[in-house]
Amino acid sequence: MTALLTLPVLGPLVAAALCLVFRRLNVQRAISFASLTVAAGCAVAVFVNVWGDGEVRVARMGGWPGSFAITFVADRLSAVMLLVALAAVTLVLIYAIGQRAPDERSSFYHPVYMVMSAGIAQALLAGDLFNLFVAFEILLMASYVLLTLEGTNEQIRAGTTYVVLNILESLVLLVAIGLVFAATGTVNMAELPERLAELPDGVRTSLHLFLLIAFGIKAAVFPLFFWLPDSYPTAPSSVSAVFAGLLTKIGVYCMIRTQTLLFPGEASDLIVVVGILTMVIGIIGAVSHQNMKRILSFHIISQIGYMVFGLGIGGEAAIAATVFFLVHQIPVKTSLFLVEGIVSRDQGSSSLKEVSGLARRSPWLAVLFLLPALSLAGLPPFPGFLAKFSLVRAGLDAEHYVGVAIAITVSLFTLVSMVKIWVAAFWGEAKPSSVGQPDAVATVGLLRHHRLMATSTAVMVVGIVMLAVVAGPFFQFVTDAALQLLDPASYVSAVRSS
Amino acid sequence: MSLSLLVLVGVLFAVGTYLLMERSLTRVALGVGVLGNGANLLIVVAGSDSGQAPIVGRPDQLTDPLPQALVLTAIVIGFALLSFVLALAWRNWTITENDGVEDDFEDRSLVSRKEGTAKPGDAPHHEDVAR
Repeated sequence: MTALLTLPVLGPLVAAALCLVFRRLNVQRAISFASLTVAAGCAVAVFVNVWGDGEVRVARMGGWPGSFAITFVADRLSAVMLLVALAAVTLVLIYAIGQRAPDERSSFYHPVYMVMSAGIAQALLAGDLFNLFVAFEILLMASYVLLTLEGTNEQIRAGTTYVVLNILESLVLLVAIGLVFAATGTVNMAELPERLAELPDGVRTSLHLFLLIAFGIKAAVFPLFFWLPDSYPTAPSSVSAVFAGLLTKIGVYCMIRTQTLLFPGEASDLIVVVGILTMVIGIIGAVSHQNMKRILSFHIISQIGYMVFGLGIGGEAAIAATVFFLVHQIPVKTSLFLVEGIVSRDQGSSSLKEVSGLARRSPWLAVLFLLPALSLAGLPPFPGFLAKFSLVRAGLDAEHYVGVAIAITVSLFTLVSMVKIWVAAFWGEAKPSSVGQPDAVATVGLLRHHRLMATSTAVMVVGIVMLAVVAGPFFQFVTDAALQLLDPASYVSAVRSS
Repeated sequence: MSLSLLVLVGVLFAVGTYLLMERSLTRVALGVGVLGNGANLLIVVAGSDSGQAPIVGRPDQLTDPLPQALVLTAIVIGFALLSFVLALAWRNWTITENDGVEDDFEDRSLVSRKEGTAKPGDAPHHEDVAR
């Protein structure tokens, strides 16, 4: 089990080192793909293991006892997140190879991408707060480089905001960890619940807020979101797909850990309010913008609001809905950005004023957009409907009527802005492609020029549909995951007895 | 725990936060450095009582090595971050001949949207951000 838990982190890191040695592009592509396949394979094995009996799996680095060891811990939530995250990262890598964007051909793209994958895996597995901080730094540092790899004016401008804001987040997190250590004498997540419970209320609340602010900046919740729609759209599509699909979700994952393990159920009213405001602000931005990437970036924020709202409600049903939402958002958001990438590569732009008639040129591309878009808006029978429905039901049970009403309204506007993209970009007169055949409007065959990109997007969309097909067993799984999260004692005893 | 070190932490945080809010990237870089040092010092001061060096000192008078290990990692990370911000500032300077952080023009164009005048994807208008 130790090997299974460490390979998703070590595999990509080793691959990163190898990629720096071998500068030939095709060799780098092979190394990256191989290592991510191995990492994803390990994630599948961990998931299957945890699905079976639901026990918390623990790996201790170097076999050190007690709180000295660096521990990797996989419970149900970690296992499912690790699986979905590494699958998404692998598919996006295939997409990036197919896209042949200028940045992918830089000899630094693959090493940095590998480092980011390792950081994502480590953040999901980290068993102590400081290790979590290091994981955040690994993935953030890599994301800084990926965001600014081309070094154009626009990227540098947006990258600056992103980098400075995230450095601030890192420092807040570091200070929070320092203060937690000062107050409790440990950073191990298995020891913290007990020690934190002994602290005076004032100290607890301030530590809690410090952690929530740090993770909130990362997750882009209401007052701390403004860096996201500014910076994500300037990255190349493959990069912003990973950012959109995964980085903010890691922030939400950490918020879930904070709310269930470290400070169970505290400050939940605050979190409900923040969640509602995040939904509303995000959707207002999405409705007002005209560029596909911008609209999708604001949707990230409004969907984060749903998860935070669910987390704030608390209780088994709401946490299960939140986990379902979280898992479902990763492929949905990623595939929408991937479709946007195909559009802007084919048309040279993804501004709704310049693109039109895509459905006529490529019905399959339209399908690839429509399925995740409808799932994002929450229409049945897609998994997005199940996520929102269970969230709404949990909210009604907990008597958060105002929040539920707002959630449903926001959902409606999500549909409106998706329809806006659909009408502007996919209906209307077709325009000639900016690449491929110059002989203007071919009726079909848009995807033929982007075969690898289309395949990986299609696999992800099929994944979303599959999530609806296996929704029954999967919902049982997330309910079990929620029960496990709501019982911190099982986590603590599993780590201690390992 | 010494009061003077705690005061120093406070001063570093104040100075760092002030610098971080400047629009000039060079000052932001300095702010990152100062703030990072403040955070590191905070962990050292708050993390453990002073004592003899771990391993070589007498067992009952050792200082706690854990916060020092944490800070060592944090220093390395802080150094990497600082050098990246400097590289970013340098790149920004070579492109725009301007040390400032610029506005998001798509946002600005949305604010001042009039039919036909500004559309997304327009060239950036360099607003006055130099200090």
